[in-house]
Amino acid sequence: MTQHRIDPLGALVTAVGAAALLWLPFVVLKPNRILPGDARSLIAVLPPSTTIACLACLILVALAALAMSKPPVRLAAALLGVIVVAAAISTAGDVLTPPGNRVVRVAPGSGFWVLLVAVGLMATDAITRLRPRPAARVLMLALFAAVTLFALAHGTFDHLSVMREYAVNAGRFAHEVRQHVWLALGSLGTAVIVALPLGILCHRVPRLRGGVLGTLNVIQTIPAIALFGILMAPLGALAAAVPLAAQLGIRGIGAAPAVVALFLYSLLPVVANTVAGLKRVSPAAVEAARGMGMTSWQVLTGVELSLALPTILTGIRIVLVQNIGLVTVAALIGGGGLGVFVFQGIGQTAIDLVLLGAIPTVALAFSAAVLLDAVVETMNRARQ
Amino acid sequence: MPGSAALLRLAALALLVAFLLTPYSFAPLFEPLTQYGAPAIYDQGNLLTLALAQIGTVLCATAASTLVAVGLGIAVTRPSGAQFLPLSRTLVNIGQTFPPVAVLAIAVPLVGFGLKPTLIALFCYGLLPIFENTIGGLRACPPAVLEAASGMGMSPGQRLLSIELPLAMPLILEGIRISLVINVGTAAIGSTVGAKGLGEVIIAGLLSNNAAFILQGGLLTGLIAILLYDTMVAVERRLFGNVRIE
Repeated sequence: MTQHRIDPLGALVTAVGAAALLWLPFVVLKPNRILPGDARSLIAVLPPSTTIACLACLILVALAALAMSKPPVRLAAALLGVIVVAAAISTAGDVLTPPGNRVVRVAPGSGFWVLLVAVGLMATDAITRLRPRPAARVLMLALFAAVTLFALAHGTFDHLSVMREYAVNAGRFAHEVRQHVWLALGSLGTAVIVALPLGILCHRVPRLRGGVLGTLNVIQTIPAIALFGILMAPLGALAAAVPLAAQLGIRGIGAAPAVVALFLYSLLPVVANTVAGLKRVSPAAVEAARGMGMTSWQVLTGVELSLALPTILTGIRIVLVQNIGLVTVAALIGGGGLGVFVFQGIGQTAIDLVLLGAIPTVALAFSAAVLLDAVVETMNRARQ
Repeated sequence: MPGSAALLRLAALALLVAFLLTPYSFAPLFEPLTQYGAPAIYDQGNLLTLALAQIGTVLCATAASTLVAVGLGIAVTRPSGAQFLPLSRTLVNIGQTFPPVAVLAIAVPLVGFGLKPTLIALFCYGLLPIFENTIGGLRACPPAVLEAASGMGMSPGQRLLSIELPLAMPLILEGIRISLVINVGTAAIGSTVGAKGLGEVIIAGLLSNNAAFILQGGLLTGLIAILLYDTMVAVERRLFGNVRIE
């Protein structure tokens, strides 16, 4: 089918991208990290030859978006767009930063972000149309992460404001990332250890189900910042009353209330999905296993849990993505994690610092979602 | 069991109202948590005003997200917008991996401090569950019912208003409920960027090391979230009984 008609999404992407190039500032040059700066367009910043190359590439991308219908071609064009936009902002950083000056900040402007969203939208659309298998999605993610990390390590973006902020906080950044991951995974791990048996119990004893799920649902409803606050007083009292608890690091402020709250939040999705997964196991399969002479423990682990595993993993995926987001809030009560940069940045009105916390958080949550979705889908495919 | 649940609900509501109207009558309960004679009850603003401001922010933002999300959901399930359906689903999936705090923090550089970034974050984040559930609800309508409606001579518009939307309504309301609950939490964090709300009480407690403030801010925010959730569940039950599209 060779239809020559304009792709509607391509038209949207092109219109948004062109508007961003024409009317929005590509970079903002700030005298220091806090003061507002003056806006510059892409054409005003880059050397003429680079500008021409850049615009030529973007026009190519727009043409592909408008007229090409093959998803691989559209994906390639979108990736070219991402590379061009990244290269342009990197060059802008190098050009605008006076040599040796460590005070001036070159911040990506709204035009840069809108342009990035436009090409990102095109890439997302192409990938959606390609319908890649789970392994291919993980491979794409890994490739993208590798290229990005290589560029970052190579210093490609070192003159940009966010990376300046990173350079100042490099040591703390590594520490907070570790703390962030540890808080998210640690609370998830403990929750799974408790939630699996609880889910099995709720499945076996239907009388318990309403009460347990209802209680966990109420906990899930309480906003994170409120639950952190509610837990601080009792944990503080515990630490004051029991010296051993205090020695173990349990205090009213810091990581302890965050871990307890995240643990409580993690219970509902895992328990509910364990119950739902076990409920979907066909009684015939259980009967057959019993008929083969399996003990009830073998039936549980070998048949019921293994059949329910994809559903349980879906619950774990929900928890992990949710936890990575919620850990950000833990910074408010001294729990550490990437939220430290977000809230410090908000406090100092230093937007670059906010982004230093927010961008890696989103990247972590997104990667976790892609990885676990791929695992769940692979399992479901294997079953069919 | 329903009787005791209703009783609990009523008690929670009574506690919330009593605390907001006469906070100082609860002072003796919170005094043990304070140190060096610090105030036991938040004294830098009226708790009732803060609570109403937060609820107002949440309701405004969620109302706006509902209008836009339901509109978009209808658009991508019509034949003319169908080619945007797979993409919009992917975008919703990606959007939901964004932590609400990150959305809030990213809104600040765009519009500055105050109520605006909070409203924007609540609006954007509120869109996702409602949009997702609108699509789910509209696509779950049995094709036979839709064909029967067309056969009866209904126009696409009539079919949407009198068949599809009513059938999708339970799921749409569930989406609104999820948005509301998430938004109460995000609105509380909005206090860090200058929006009025009960988060202010928690933040003030954290800054001045006053556990009484932290606890009362947390309890009030939690109570509001639970009661909002509960009200929505009650509304859904009243309207649709226990009928659910799974």
